[in-house]
Amino acid sequence: MRMKWTSYPYILWMIIFIVVPLALILLYSFTVGEEGGITNLRFSLDNFRRFLDPKYLDVLWISINLALKSTLITMVLGYPLAMIIAKEKPKKRNVMILLLVIPMWMNFLLRTYAWLTLLGKNGFINYIITKLGFAPLNLIYNDRAVLLGMVYNFLPFMVLPIYSVLVKIDKSLIEAAEDLGANKFEVFSKVTFPLSIPGIITGITMVFMPAVSTFVISRLLGGGQYMLIGNLVEQQYLWVGDWHFGSAISIIMMAFILVTMAITAKFDNQKEGGGGLW
Amino acid sequence: MVSRALKRLYTFLMFLFIYAPIVVLIIFSFNNARTRGTWSGFTLKWYAELFRDKEVLTALYYTILVAILSAIISTIIGTIAAIGIYGMTKVRRKIILNLNYLPVLNPDIVTAVSLMTLFRFLRIEFGFITLLLSHITFCIPYVILSILPKLRQMNKHLAEAAMDLGATPFYALRKVIIPEIKPGIVTGALLAFTLSIDDFVISFFNKGPGVSNISITVYSMARRGINPVINALSALMFTGLIILLLIINSRSSKSIGERGDII
Repeated sequence: MRMKWTSYPYILWMIIFIVVPLALILLYSFTVGEEGGITNLRFSLDNFRRFLDPKYLDVLWISINLALKSTLITMVLGYPLAMIIAKEKPKKRNVMILLLVIPMWMNFLLRTYAWLTLLGKNGFINYIITKLGFAPLNLIYNDRAVLLGMVYNFLPFMVLPIYSVLVKIDKSLIEAAEDLGANKFEVFSKVTFPLSIPGIITGITMVFMPAVSTFVISRLLGGGQYMLIGNLVEQQYLWVGDWHFGSAISIIMMAFILVTMAITAKFDNQKEGGGGLW
Repeated sequence: MVSRALKRLYTFLMFLFIYAPIVVLIIFSFNNARTRGTWSGFTLKWYAELFRDKEVLTALYYTILVAILSAIISTIIGTIAAIGIYGMTKVRRKIILNLNYLPVLNPDIVTAVSLMTLFRFLRIEFGFITLLLSHITFCIPYVILSILPKLRQMNKHLAEAAMDLGATPFYALRKVIIPEIKPGIVTGALLAFTLSIDDFVISFFNKGPGVSNISITVYSMARRGINPVINALSALMFTGLIILLLIINSRSSKSIGERGDII
């Protein structure tokens, strides 16, 4: 039964709420003039030129740098955890995965806020430190706090895809390697690890993307002055009101992420359904 | 033996890392002192204050209202759209699915500002309507993505058989296709509900004066520093979450594994 007409309402919805909005920010990014209207627009590359200012390039660089670091750290921390969980018996395994997923269901802002109570000047960690007779530390409103917030929030995004690949690996492959005389390290480096690469790739995209575009973690744990590219977009849209420059930054961010996804997708042929284009 | 102990220790430390902040947060929601990380006696006053706080209560009302409405609307639109997309030719389906993927893959902030630009451009006043429209927009793709696999699993000839036996297309849809893809619809609706209740970024850019949600309230409170009222709120939300999970878990233990994969 072919009832393709039933998708027409959604196609209309998609055009209005997905295609047109993106077309609008694309339009705004390449124009200057009064915002909010379409009559006074002039084509211009000024918005992109402005982004080449070292001030903004620095922000981009810091964002990418922090996102890369948090991706690497979640990978180093998450892979062993995924391996340990995957080797457990099914019943225990499911409980552990559930325990890993529960905090993800908790509001993202509350998870980030939780670190505020721990790291703050009057927070829990400094309370213990001063109780032990040491001077309180500056734990919050710096790079490390932002990085910690990213690792904490995105760790499950790394563990889950790696876990779901590891758990599906055919046990007989590992047994075969062992029968052929491979030691534990060789089994890992020649069998388990190569087979888990699709999971790692998915994990990388799932951590890197939200990390590079976040503005919440950097605002709450980095303090009011801390700038990542997400904060720059927020600032341009909500406080400065320069939608043209804000659109240009959004387009740069989007292009950057879509290119990253295209590169990682090359390594990962397991994706099904749509989305192949991106 | 040593490696086994080491594994145990590592797992323990990781789960400690994951849960310690939440536990500390909940414990301190019962703390009498306001800002200090010092314990100065048990109290329930922050909970009382939470339920007196007009801002929090309004935000809670809008969060739940928007989540219910956007779950219902996006499930309806998504379900009929998925059935339509399933019946399309390959090329068209690919185009539609790729467009459908855009809000999933795009960073939230880009989706948020693009919608904000649209509403501004159409001169729609920011408020409940913009909030609801933006939530529906980012929920539908997830609904479609959870229903399409069920459509693919379905026996293609079932609906044809029904119509050969005299069912009208609408009757076949209602009696054959919908029951077959029901698990996908339920997953999609639950997913839409949780995504909506949890959303911050898209709501933050598309809210209006007087209309906000819990995430936005937490954000504006947290920017001013530690506030025990937020601790109380998180403790309640966490408990609510655990109860919800237990209910879903007893309903079917399988759906959680699936959803974990999706999220």
